Amino acid sequence: MAISRDEVLHVARLARLALTEDEVERLTGELAAILDAVGIVAELDLADVPPTSHPLDVVNVWDDDEPRESLGLDDVFANAPARDGDLFRVPPTV
Amino acid sequence: MAPVVDTLRLSAEEALGLVERREVSPGELHAAYLEAIGQRDGELHAYLRTSETSDGASIPIALKDVISTKGVETTAGSRILEGYVPVFDATVAARCKAAGLTFLGKTNTDEFAMGSSTENSAWGPSRNPWDPDRVPGGSGGGTSAAVSGGLAPWGLGSDTGGSIKQPSALCGNVGLRPTYGSVSRYGVVAFASSLDQVGPVAKTVRDAALLYSIIAGRDASDSTTVELPEPVALPESDRLDGLRIAVPTQLESLDAIEPGVRAAFERTVELARELGAEVGECDLPTSYRYGMPCYYLIAPAEASSNLARYDGVRYGPRADATTYDEMVERTRDDGFGAEPKRRIMLGTYALSAGYYDAFYGQAQKVRTLLIREHREALERFDVIATPTSPTVAFPIGDKAADPLAMYACDLLTIPSCLAGLPGLSIPCGLSEGLPVGLQLLGPQFGENVLFRTGHALEQAIAFDTVPERLR
Repeated sequence: MAISRDEVLHVARLARLALTEDEVERLTGELAAILDAVGIVAELDLADVPPTSHPLDVVNVWDDDEPRESLGLDDVFANAPARDGDLFRVPPTV
Repeated sequence: MAPVVDTLRLSAEEALGLVERREVSPGELHAAYLEAIGQRDGELHAYLRTSETSDGASIPIALKDVISTKGVETTAGSRILEGYVPVFDATVAARCKAAGLTFLGKTNTDEFAMGSSTENSAWGPSRNPWDPDRVPGGSGGGTSAAVSGGLAPWGLGSDTGGSIKQPSALCGNVGLRPTYGSVSRYGVVAFASSLDQVGPVAKTVRDAALLYSIIAGRDASDSTTVELPEPVALPESDRLDGLRIAVPTQLESLDAIEPGVRAAFERTVELARELGAEVGECDLPTSYRYGMPCYYLIAPAEASSNLARYDGVRYGPRADATTYDEMVERTRDDGFGAEPKRRIMLGTYALSAGYYDAFYGQAQKVRTLLIREHREALERFDVIATPTSPTVAFPIGDKAADPLAMYACDLLTIPSCLAGLPGLSIPCGLSEGLPVGLQLLGPQFGENVLFRTGHALEQAIAFDTVPERLR
């Protein structure tokens, strides 16, 4: 199944990956081959088969709304590349 | 000073006995493994980092580097988590600590547990203790290499499509992928959340059962977990009388299975018959044609969502950039290796508008078929048996340039993972001087029947888990 260079660039944008030119070229070929291999699921007529999103028959889990201790701010920021007081510092968003 | 124990031979149960009888202290035991690591890990590269301190009252354990350990760097084999030091323990790590286990260190893994050889680790591959020119399997090749190389009595791995079972097979270990929902993933770096499970890697089935009993059970922090319906039973019997074992008819026409692997598998099935088991055939028509394609749509789709959190804001290295968007995109391109990028791209594509129904939606329906056909087989049989890996350990570099060849390593392990079923791999012989794994699959929460089957076969096979060149 062919996938165009523009499609690869579009998917990379959706996935927030700044791919290099080499990566775009390599992935265009690789994704085509992988999509050929996985695309065979289309052979099956599954119109009447329900989808499975989870392998166990689970029910929703409820919990009492009780305050519990959470991580302190120093722990929360322990791995942050940039901290500004009680905020994560990031470059301008616009 | 001579080492207090032979770490290559000592099982976890034997080690526990030494500590309980006060013949060896936990500190001495920990030091003996560190010494073995000092001797052999330069070659094997099973560990990414080790811990000199042993503050537990029991025996040591190795943890795959996807398991968060408070105060100890946890990278999941990725540069995008370089320097990340968790501020809390994963539930499985906390349960090991509560049982008195001491942490030997963090073991190597394919980046984000994506791979079948550890060659995708950002920190370089691990090597197979049976032949260092070959891979130990993956993604949990580090834990398996550590256990078979005498660098840990046992360890924890994580399994999404075979990352515990396949390296266990390639290194001659016992590995259990537990039933989905039986072990907490809280604090475990997520890959594909409808598939990820943590499980034990050990030298014996009893050791694997013991470690499973330490980590399993409901955890309020992972709402997919449930209490085990029955307690873990350490297997005792050498017999398999009354046990019904199924061999899928489809195995016969799978050319991917190497002749030596097939021969070892068939000998083991014959052995099961001699031990009193009834052996019959089952049909898994969808599993081996559509299991792999189904998995490589569902797992990358979930991964593309889970890995969205790596944005350079809260942890990990951050790329220099003048805008927020540029920072996120460059951080991700710099930080992720080739395989995670491939899967993020594949998963994003499969989930994107216009393709969702044809790819992801269709794969979810295939998953239903896989669940049904395994259920039908397990209504008539107690256990399904197959080889774990179609091949023995392959040379480093052999499949690294061909993603589809690498994906095919998990042909036999994937279908039951999609069905949420437990699987146990035990060594069942050698082919070309390298270990062959037997995969035993059971119904949901059927771990005890797998332990019972695996233990009886293990006694009859009498496989020597110490790699020949290290004896």
